[in-house]
Amino acid sequence: MPSKKQHDTPNLDQLEDGPWPSFVTGLKRLADENDMAVDLLGQLETSYQTKMGYWKGGTVGVRGYGGGVIPRFTELKDENGQAKFPDAAEFHTLRVMPPAGMHYDTDTLRKMCDVWEKHGSGLIALHGQSGDIMFQGCSTDNVQPAFDELNEMGFDLGGAGPAVRTGMSCVGAARCEHSCANEQKIHRSLVNNFMDDMHRPSLPYKFKFKVSGCPNDCMNSIHRSDFSVIGTWRDDIRADQNEVVNFVNDKGRKYVIDNVVSRCPTNALSLNDDDTLDIDNRNCVRCMHCINVMTKALSPGVDKGISVLIGGKRTLKIGDSMGTVIIPFMKMETEEDYEKLVGIAEDIIDFFAENALEHERTGEMIERIGLVNFLEGVGIDVDPHMISSPRQSSYVRMDDWQEEADKWQQRKVAAE
Amino acid sequence: MAEQLRMPVESGVPDPMPLMHPTLKANFGNWKYHHRPRPGVLHHVSHSGDNVWTVRAGTQRQMDVATIRKLCDIADEFADSHVRFTIRSNIEYMVSDESKVKPLIDKLNQEGFPVGGTGNSVTMISHTQGWLHCDIPGTDASGVVKALMDELYDEFVNERMPNRVHMTTSCCQINCGGQGDIAINVQHTKPPKIDHDLVANACERPTVVARCPVAAIRPAMIEGKPSLEVDEKKCICCGACYPPCPPMQINDPEHSKLAIWVGGKHSNARSKPMFHKLVVSDIPNNPPRWPEAAAIIKKILRSYQDDARDWERMGDWIERIGWPRFFELTGLPFTKFHIDDWRGARNSLNASAHIRF
Repeated sequence: MPSKKQHDTPNLDQLEDGPWPSFVTGLKRLADENDMAVDLLGQLETSYQTKMGYWKGGTVGVRGYGGGVIPRFTELKDENGQAKFPDAAEFHTLRVMPPAGMHYDTDTLRKMCDVWEKHGSGLIALHGQSGDIMFQGCSTDNVQPAFDELNEMGFDLGGAGPAVRTGMSCVGAARCEHSCANEQKIHRSLVNNFMDDMHRPSLPYKFKFKVSGCPNDCMNSIHRSDFSVIGTWRDDIRADQNEVVNFVNDKGRKYVIDNVVSRCPTNALSLNDDDTLDIDNRNCVRCMHCINVMTKALSPGVDKGISVLIGGKRTLKIGDSMGTVIIPFMKMETEEDYEKLVGIAEDIIDFFAENALEHERTGEMIERIGLVNFLEGVGIDVDPHMISSPRQSSYVRMDDWQEEADKWQQRKVAAE
Repeated sequence: MAEQLRMPVESGVPDPMPLMHPTLKANFGNWKYHHRPRPGVLHHVSHSGDNVWTVRAGTQRQMDVATIRKLCDIADEFADSHVRFTIRSNIEYMVSDESKVKPLIDKLNQEGFPVGGTGNSVTMISHTQGWLHCDIPGTDASGVVKALMDELYDEFVNERMPNRVHMTTSCCQINCGGQGDIAINVQHTKPPKIDHDLVANACERPTVVARCPVAAIRPAMIEGKPSLEVDEKKCICCGACYPPCPPMQINDPEHSKLAIWVGGKHSNARSKPMFHKLVVSDIPNNPPRWPEAAAIIKKILRSYQDDARDWERMGDWIERIGWPRFFELTGLPFTKFHIDDWRGARNSLNASAHIRF
């Protein structure tokens, strides 16, 4: 159905030129049929002219959930308090969780397009920073019917607000030879256990899970999640020395020395005179560099598992932080292993819910109370893998040293 | 009869297995190695002997249904109808038949989707919502990304960088998104302008006071209304007060600028993950094309491309050559603002006699 007349958008028009795909061209296509898109362009053009934004939040949701819809109401009003762009006056977004690893078939994508064309603006972001499919642009009245149709398709709203958020996992085992874990199963086991904490936000602040299958950390989990799972291995790098020699023949010894051997952060590599590679596996820190370069010759070991790091966050209040190793290694093979991981997540979220201040992230809380208090609170023993180096400050009371040292000895004995 | 209201099925994260390309599914956890026959194409080989080719293409991320349907048409006609998306909104087409790769690439290019973003390329910029959708933006996001990717197009479709370049943008100083080899983020330069009439009605004052990283806000009676005041000597103009209290307007068309940060990475390869560091600020927020920001980014990329060794990410390169050399090569000014004064800042000072001349 042809829409109302499109607004002049001289600034946005300039973003139709150039070789990169233009979101403006797409919006104008929507605007040919859809009044909401017409007015969205009108408001966006105004922003480009005034350099100000005109959306404000509010309260919009679906039945049974306290979050997952990002409300957007226009603030751009005329002298009479009427919206200048009335057909985009309500432009809410539904955050919808994609399949783990963001796999789709065309049937599914087409159905999603049909739903959104019917109920919303037709604008979908694949995907948002949060890892959600963002169905952008919907009136308050259409939120419930749109959600109902997507929910019937097998999709659920993602997280927003002070809640467990949508997680992310890398392509991992589905395609990547570096994968050390079943990333999508870990992602789903964790996030799906916390549906109550996602759909009915009541935590001090957001809590995010992200899963990467190896220390390349393509999901940026160390920084962009509170609970980061990174696949790793405990045993030796698998080296196919025939392929190593092939690689050396192909690239030359100098290349391999300059780009592989000398780049090892712990000097664990040495190129032998016969072009095979010596690996000091005890000192390998699993940085992935040599494996990345020589993917046919080198791979992670076979004794695979995960490391868990806690506390990553972006800028607010205390600045950026990367997660800290809390669990250097655990196996993820049996159902018990998965249950154990979920149990650890529950303990951490419970502790976070009880002890964090309002609007405080897990990493901030840990900084405020100290890592040791956090570990005691969630029942995890101290481990030297949690630090880069011991304390540099002598300002600490240590009169119960012996008691603590005994605990370490007892743990060693118990492990044997 | 009373209408039965539909309650949600709390189905959570969907299982990808039914939607996954059959070759990926059949070889799940069994992949052996990969290589890149050309930019934008990954060829994975399984221990079973199976092969899969992945063609990666850039998208506008903010997609209208026609674009998504077009991408689906391409998948149905030229690929195997199974796709996935990357964390940076590139689309990936998997095919198990090598002969499909070239026609697929040709079709994507023909339809305006660049094939690339793999290996040591500049891949798609990760970005937030901006004026299109955010409630607190200092600038746009999709527009900045479009403008920059137009300028960097050749570096997306080629693999000519020392290592991958991950760029990010943020439309406010909360900085959704993570670290980047290059980050282009809003930097406000003036304290918020407070609408005292509205604070009393709209804002939870203790919440706003608690939100300020430097405790610069306190409750105050202004013209008889309960409101807030900002100690402008302490205020660092970050805008964290604005989301809980929109009457504390931080965004300003003239004084909200852009800053560029360099050297971040999340990967553990060669060096531990790094935070990006400020290199230049006071860049005008200049829609629709932000030419000043684009020019500086291109200069930084050129310096990196010319001087870095293979496999060095931008942060690795700068660690090796030192920050003084970075400022020399890029011609960017070094100021008092580059010296950190936040918590942990002492660790960023040069406590050594390590000097390069």
